[in-house]
Amino acid sequence: MMATNAPPLLEVKNLRVEFPTRRGTLVAVDDVSFEIAPGEVLGVVGESGAGKSLTGNSIIGLLEPPGRIAGGEVRLEGRRIDNLPYEEMRKVRGARIGAIFQDPLTSLNPLYSVGRQLIETIQTHKQVSAAQAQARALALLKEVGIPGAEHRIDHYPHQFSGGMRQRVVIALALCADPRLIVADEPTTALDVSIQAQIIALLKRLCREHRTAVMLVTHDMGVIAETADRVAVMYAGRIAEIGPVRDVIKHAQHPYTKGLMGSIPHLGERGGRLTQIDGAMPRLTEIPRGCAFNPRCEFRGARCLVERPELMAAGASRAACWLHDAKGVGAPLSKDGAKELANV
Amino acid sequence: MLAFILRRLVQSVAVLLVVGLVAFFLFRYVGDPINGMVGQDTPAVEREALKQKLGLNDPAPIQFLHFVGNAARGWFGLSYRTSEPVNRMILERLPATLELSFCAALFALLVGVPMGVYTGLYPRHWSSRALQAISLIGVSLPTFVIGILLILVFSVILHWLPSFGRGETVDLGWWTTNFLRWKGIEALIMPSITLGLFQLTLIMRLVRSEMLEVMRTDYIKFARARGLTNRAVNFGHALKNTLVPVITVTGLQLGSLIAFSVVTETVFAWPGVGQLFIQSVQFVDIPVMAAYLMLIGLLFVLINLAVDLLYFAVDPRLRGGGLARAGGH
Repeated sequence: MMATNAPPLLEVKNLRVEFPTRRGTLVAVDDVSFEIAPGEVLGVVGESGAGKSLTGNSIIGLLEPPGRIAGGEVRLEGRRIDNLPYEEMRKVRGARIGAIFQDPLTSLNPLYSVGRQLIETIQTHKQVSAAQAQARALALLKEVGIPGAEHRIDHYPHQFSGGMRQRVVIALALCADPRLIVADEPTTALDVSIQAQIIALLKRLCREHRTAVMLVTHDMGVIAETADRVAVMYAGRIAEIGPVRDVIKHAQHPYTKGLMGSIPHLGERGGRLTQIDGAMPRLTEIPRGCAFNPRCEFRGARCLVERPELMAAGASRAACWLHDAKGVGAPLSKDGAKELANV
Repeated sequence: MLAFILRRLVQSVAVLLVVGLVAFFLFRYVGDPINGMVGQDTPAVEREALKQKLGLNDPAPIQFLHFVGNAARGWFGLSYRTSEPVNRMILERLPATLELSFCAALFALLVGVPMGVYTGLYPRHWSSRALQAISLIGVSLPTFVIGILLILVFSVILHWLPSFGRGETVDLGWWTTNFLRWKGIEALIMPSITLGLFQLTLIMRLVRSEMLEVMRTDYIKFARARGLTNRAVNFGHALKNTLVPVITVTGLQLGSLIAFSVVTETVFAWPGVGQLFIQSVQFVDIPVMAAYLMLIGLLFVLINLAVDLLYFAVDPRLRGGGLARAGGH
């Protein structure tokens, strides 16, 4: 869908996020690289703790200490933004990169009317008069589908329902016409019926404004519905990245295959859902070699010692030795794997 | 809103009646009021006549009604000690106490809130840790020790500030004030610091912990994500969200400032109602003590009412109105 030769809007290269702890440094995001083209929607999926939210927070420069970017770089429109001083980055946030968080119930300041919060954001980033800001705030509220926006603009967050509040949050993220929106689980806290509305709204607005979206979620359905491309994260790394259709239909990484197998499909009667045995390793216990190897049914000797980088796999790129010319190495029996893993 | 205010007013009256009951029992049943008024060799007939005249032979409920009626008109009888009307004695000294408490509260707020915000925003900075440690001293040192230390340093050693009294005051007819003469302002400094120091540390620690809490909330993170300036985030969004508990505590503390200015007024020989109260206790001057009790009760009730109204100003969630519409969208 996207022209591949367009210069990327966002470039993340070898991003590494660390948490210093008393028992050594935890690497929560490890060597993550991806690009987002202007107007593109990139879905980022993974289990809790896979590092997807941290990646999002690194891009908007709001990693919570003691977490820190320990390596790599983030570029927006060619300009490096991961090492900007706070004040410089502040001018990027909201203006060039908008953000939407998980819980609309707590994202808005309860003490100010939604109009005031909109106007405040508009005037922070744009040189406009109070009247112009007011008019823009009203237009935004109408655009995100708040009925009776004229009088709702003076209402306080507690007077809105969850879905309506998330609409207000989206309006706030769009205030200064950002080129990219980082949406971190924007629908997780909402009712299922509202979720679809919000996703449709986000999709429509971003198409109209030509805004790119990094959509962080653990809901594969939302990704399938919305994203152009998808990155699957596992234990702080990207396991597979590619066009959404290919990843869903022809998953290349065993982890992605497992994910797809665990989604129920309407109309397919009697088919059993598969599940991936085991759990994602804790950050302190990431195994040598491929992080997924203890749960992988295709693993070979090589997977236990050598870490795969992303490589071409079908129409996507996957971090799996299955797609390497030399393969996964010698096959392992179940017990043999255990023995090797314990070495 | 109006219903709320009315309800609070009714409650306030009830509270004052209870305080009045305590004051009345104090007035009537702690010692014999007649003994305090007449000489030791007054004949029993005269005592009885005085008792009759003062209405002390009436049944207790009638006497209580009299007491409440008089109190409502500000009449608390004559002082046993000076035979002056109690209300005049108190009114003469009230400005001194109110001005002192006002300055102490101002000092506590103007220093305590910024210190709380600072230590809340930079909890790991060494200066925040130092302020935290110092505030512990402020909380734990008794008021009179602080007062005496201040007198020792700034009056005895440095001769910068007067060690006692109100200094120069200006009589406005119904109010005597310290604020119009430099000597009066000078005299206010040490008593205000002494009185306000505990409240200052309390407010600072409260604001700090509230700030720490608020800074972790999603709406602060979202405010940052919107690119708002640090100033707008810290003061516009974070500080305002800490205000409800701060107002509550400050309000109650303002009441205690007035009520417990007793110690500070004694240390600095400050001619306020606190000092009057101490003298009255020494002379078992029951009418003055009862009136003082009622006055403090009244002040607490008024402050609480003001605090409740401030909640409405700060937090829109408490204003009824829109709640009815909140369900629909």
